[in-house]
Amino acid sequence: MKYLSDITSLKFFQERCTGCGMCVEVCPHEVFAISNRKASILDKDRCMECSACVTNCAFGALAVDKGVGCAAALINSLITGGEPSCDCSSGNTTCC
Amino acid sequence: MTELKFINNNGRQDGPACCETSRQAKKAYGSLSPQSGVPGPEVNQAGWVVGSLMTEVGPVWKVSTCLALSDLWEHFKCRISAFRNSYLVIPGLYAVGTPDKNSDVLVSANYKLSFDALRKTLKGLDVWVLVLDTKGINVWCAAGKGTFGTEELLSRIATTRLDKVVDHRRIIVPQLGAPGISAHKVGKASGFRVNYGPVRAEDIRAYIAEGYHATKEMRTVDFPVIDRLVLTPMEINPAMKKYYPWYALAMLAFFGLQPGGILFREALLGSLPFLLFGLISVLAGAFITPVLLPFIPFRSFAVKGWLAGILSIIVVLKTTALLSLTNTFLLVFSYLFFPLASSYIALQFTGSTTFTGMSGVKKELKISIPLYIGGSLVSLVLLIVYKLGEWRII
Repeated sequence: MKYLSDITSLKFFQERCTGCGMCVEVCPHEVFAISNRKASILDKDRCMECSACVTNCAFGALAVDKGVGCAAALINSLITGGEPSCDCSSGNTTCC
Repeated sequence: MTELKFINNNGRQDGPACCETSRQAKKAYGSLSPQSGVPGPEVNQAGWVVGSLMTEVGPVWKVSTCLALSDLWEHFKCRISAFRNSYLVIPGLYAVGTPDKNSDVLVSANYKLSFDALRKTLKGLDVWVLVLDTKGINVWCAAGKGTFGTEELLSRIATTRLDKVVDHRRIIVPQLGAPGISAHKVGKASGFRVNYGPVRAEDIRAYIAEGYHATKEMRTVDFPVIDRLVLTPMEINPAMKKYYPWYALAMLAFFGLQPGGILFREALLGSLPFLLFGLISVLAGAFITPVLLPFIPFRSFAVKGWLAGILSIIVVLKTTALLSLTNTFLLVFSYLFFPLASSYIALQFTGSTTFTGMSGVKKELKISIPLYIGGSLVSLVLLIVYKLGEWRII
């Protein structure tokens, strides 16, 4: 299953990549592959912006607008003007 | 360094057999004092604690790898109610089997549902389980928030004195914890090397057996129908609690409202089809859409929900003679309002899926919210026009 196409904010700076393979390891949607000792993006539309790759890239070769892909959280932030956070522990929202 | 002595405080070397919660063992840990970062005696009320191990840094609770009936009942309650919001395990270090200084350390969240998913797969293994304080949230969601994060992992390694409990310097973190854990930072700050384990706890055994190697399948998240199905009660539940009572009240009042006051008979008879349509739109958005997710065309959740909603309303209107609406205004209202309600409810499911990102949801909201508001206003006008017609004002 894929979500909307051409929408992810994932950015990859190949010149900084050392080909360590960490992004391939942590990505839950097989967005990356290693070819010629560098990472490359296999399918950008599979990215869900979880930021696992960004957090674990020691070389700063990746960037993404991290956030919750949760309508309830985003609507809450529109109403309250705060940061979108899925406040699952409060029991007020349906997310997660 | 003194040699570690692992003892079982009920006097048996191998501990109680699986699924056996020995009363003797339970009584015995009342006398244990809590160690810094090691769960204290309050845990001993839990049926899943089957003993304790003495380590250099103090006693560590030993947990069962079997789920009791009470665990399963609690899991069920998590799936249908707010019970899940306070289903916690005390953070700290736990033992499974009889781990020693060379045993693996598995990191988990303190949502008991997550903890149970892990421990039930560890039968026959001797491992440590390091439970982080994620405020009772599962690994993936907590990693997204940062509570399952580098800082918490480092502080938990420190407070449990993990470097004294084990001789090696490797920990297995579930792959879905990666959004919150920076493996290179953990390595630098603590000396512990983070190995990302498989996505699903059930693959841990194979992962360890393969020499800490996860296959592509173990690394990939899917979203099969059973996973979607178990999430639906918590989609239906809030919709029915938050919106439906107000909606039902509004409908009863609207149809009951007559020039001479609110009439009970009119309220009930007039609103009945619409109370049912309301239920159907909740079902279409919160049940049909999630379950049939990959089979409903288009990638947008708002569109999927709208399609499920309009089809459901058409089917019900066409097949149920009792509900046949003769008034054009009410008919148009039904086709307009209920599919939009389904669409809105289906959009909420983006928070529960394994593949939707924030940019996509933002785009959906940008387009759909004006449509929801516009549609609701037109719906309201249609109802008013119907009412004025009924009262023979126009």
